[in-house]
Amino acid sequence: MKQAGLVLPGLGHLLKGDVINGLGLMLYVGLLVWAAVAGFGRLPELLFPPADQGGFQLHPWVALVSWIGIAALCWHTAFRFWKPAPFDPEVDKNSQWRELKKQFRRNRTGVFGLHFVNVLIFLALLTPFIAPHHPDVIDVGPSLSAPQWGHLMGTDEFGRDLFSRVMYGARISLSIGFIAVAISATLGTLVGSIAGFFGGKVDSGLMWVTDLLLSLPRLVLLLAIVGFFRSAGAQSIFLIVVILGLTGWMGVSRIVRSQILSLKEQDFVQACRALGLPNWRIIVVHLVPNALAPVIVHASLAIGSTILVEAALSFLGLGVPPPTATWGAIVNDGREYMRSGAWITVFPGLMIVAAVMSFNLLGDGLRDALDPKLRGRH
Amino acid sequence: MFAYTLRKVLLAIPLVLGVITLIFVLVELSPGDATDRFFTPETPPEVRQLIEAKWGLDKPAHERYVITMKNLLTGDFGRSIFQERPVFEIVMEALPNTIQLALMSIIIMQLVGVTLGSIQAVRQYGWADSGISIASLFFYSMPSFWLALMLQLILTLKYPILPSSGMVDAVMYDYMTPGEQILDRMKHLILPGVALSIARAAGIARYMRSSLLEVIRQDYIRTARAKGLPEWKVIVKHGMRNALLPIITILGLQLPFLFSGSVLVETIFAWPGMGRLIVSAIFTQDTPVIIGCFFVFTLLVVAGNLIADLLYSVVDPRIRYS
Repeated sequence: MKQAGLVLPGLGHLLKGDVINGLGLMLYVGLLVWAAVAGFGRLPELLFPPADQGGFQLHPWVALVSWIGIAALCWHTAFRFWKPAPFDPEVDKNSQWRELKKQFRRNRTGVFGLHFVNVLIFLALLTPFIAPHHPDVIDVGPSLSAPQWGHLMGTDEFGRDLFSRVMYGARISLSIGFIAVAISATLGTLVGSIAGFFGGKVDSGLMWVTDLLLSLPRLVLLLAIVGFFRSAGAQSIFLIVVILGLTGWMGVSRIVRSQILSLKEQDFVQACRALGLPNWRIIVVHLVPNALAPVIVHASLAIGSTILVEAALSFLGLGVPPPTATWGAIVNDGREYMRSGAWITVFPGLMIVAAVMSFNLLGDGLRDALDPKLRGRH
Repeated sequence: MFAYTLRKVLLAIPLVLGVITLIFVLVELSPGDATDRFFTPETPPEVRQLIEAKWGLDKPAHERYVITMKNLLTGDFGRSIFQERPVFEIVMEALPNTIQLALMSIIIMQLVGVTLGSIQAVRQYGWADSGISIASLFFYSMPSFWLALMLQLILTLKYPILPSSGMVDAVMYDYMTPGEQILDRMKHLILPGVALSIARAAGIARYMRSSLLEVIRQDYIRTARAKGLPEWKVIVKHGMRNALLPIITILGLQLPFLFSGSVLVETIFAWPGMGRLIVSAIFTQDTPVIIGCFFVFTLLVVAGNLIADLLYSVVDPRIRYS
């Protein structure tokens, strides 16, 4: 029965009773089919657009590679379900992560969230195939028409297809979330590990800065920074990402600091010192990897909140500049048309909720998997 | 206790000054200032100099920094360049409105959060528990500005039950009796209050659930049950009273979130509070107002943290600070 997955990934899981993973895999395959049906007919013009339509573009090529990659992933998972890899202690050396994986798999809501996050990422990657229109091209339909077949989410006041705009908005919002959190997690780990390891004046100085930034409402600080530097060109995606990253590291640094404080008293650090290892090596090679698990939990929750903050910035007109479609900006566009076209506000907002919710589910699942107190309750 | 409070207050002073310094540096680094709107490219340089001198902008940055700090510490917030009146006056007009909104949302947040969390804990793993869990996750993940718009869409555009914006009815308010005026104000408070608090309420429900679950497992709950108290009395009088301790203490920590949220919610509901004030000040680069707003925000946040700290030891005498 397990080999049924080779025909349709997920079928094998489903027949064996693993409903969540089965349905998840089938959902991925559904996405692949959707992308193929909607996009492969247009493949030549997408990959090699005529010069009068802007010429060569990277997005469709990325989408094509992702399509192949996602398909490979689905069938690989199905194959591994049928024939699991033999246990190899050399490969599975890092027991911290293996334990986390094992615990995470038992947590149904967490796995659910993971599938949701994957679907969002795959949707964003396959957008050029799935979205029927270019997000910024006007008059692809009548102005302000209600959701219907052909315009799944309706059109806005310029006759732009809202479904395409929301799909392309997912790419922007998700990548901003991921990159900003990567920046802030790195920075937070750096600050936290230095503060925790060296202690004393370094520690109190760095923690003072952390407290200072924590006592400012984040959105207000962001507004101030972006608002002040608006005229200096701060309103590019790049700078928004950097600013979001630079204002979100305080939580991580506190977590890492407390981890390092307890870790550095342990024997293996003593051993490292006795071996005469330099401080940076003890921090980077021995301490940080051991403190990383709670950072990852925090990061998956932080992606959700970063998406929220970015949406709020765009909503106030201080995010990514128009005409680029982001969820917050579309909601803002729709404000004027609440009476005649409520769908402009409703759908991007629902997408924000869906995205943030998936990351929160995933983060909660990871946290429960990490927390030994909760072991064995699921 | 007193020494602890004093130390905390003393530690908070450099924090507030640090925030003001940070904002000052940001303003200095940014191009342009609020006086730009007085000039055209044809403005003669002498006039320009005069205007800049009037607002004290002709001095070098470090001198202005010292002056700003001195003035702030003596309670002088300066004059708004855009509105051309004292910042203190502007802030004092906006602050009560924001506090009113914040109080309303704290009340909603506590009531909804504590009630839902307790129901969840009492019915652990039941359908009510899972249902509320899913609903709270949904609202927790919702951007407050979108919730505000949806509330407007449903409750004022589709079914005109509640007023859509402002603090009072723009036309009728002056002709109402005092009783009606209070009612009118309450009506205008509901939507912004709900929009600001629901996401936080979901967070509090979660806290309350785990807190009450923790308490229910204690020995004294078993004792209370063993002596034959009715179940509701066990939960409400012995369980919830103890489970509420951590919830009350995190109240003070909610302020930064409330302020962040109020920026959006006040903009949408045309609520003349600090959030809207700071947004318009940022758009017009009105430095004195921006610094004044941040000063007030930081003071309130620091005070909130301190109160949270102190409440912790007041409600739970087992914790002693030295």
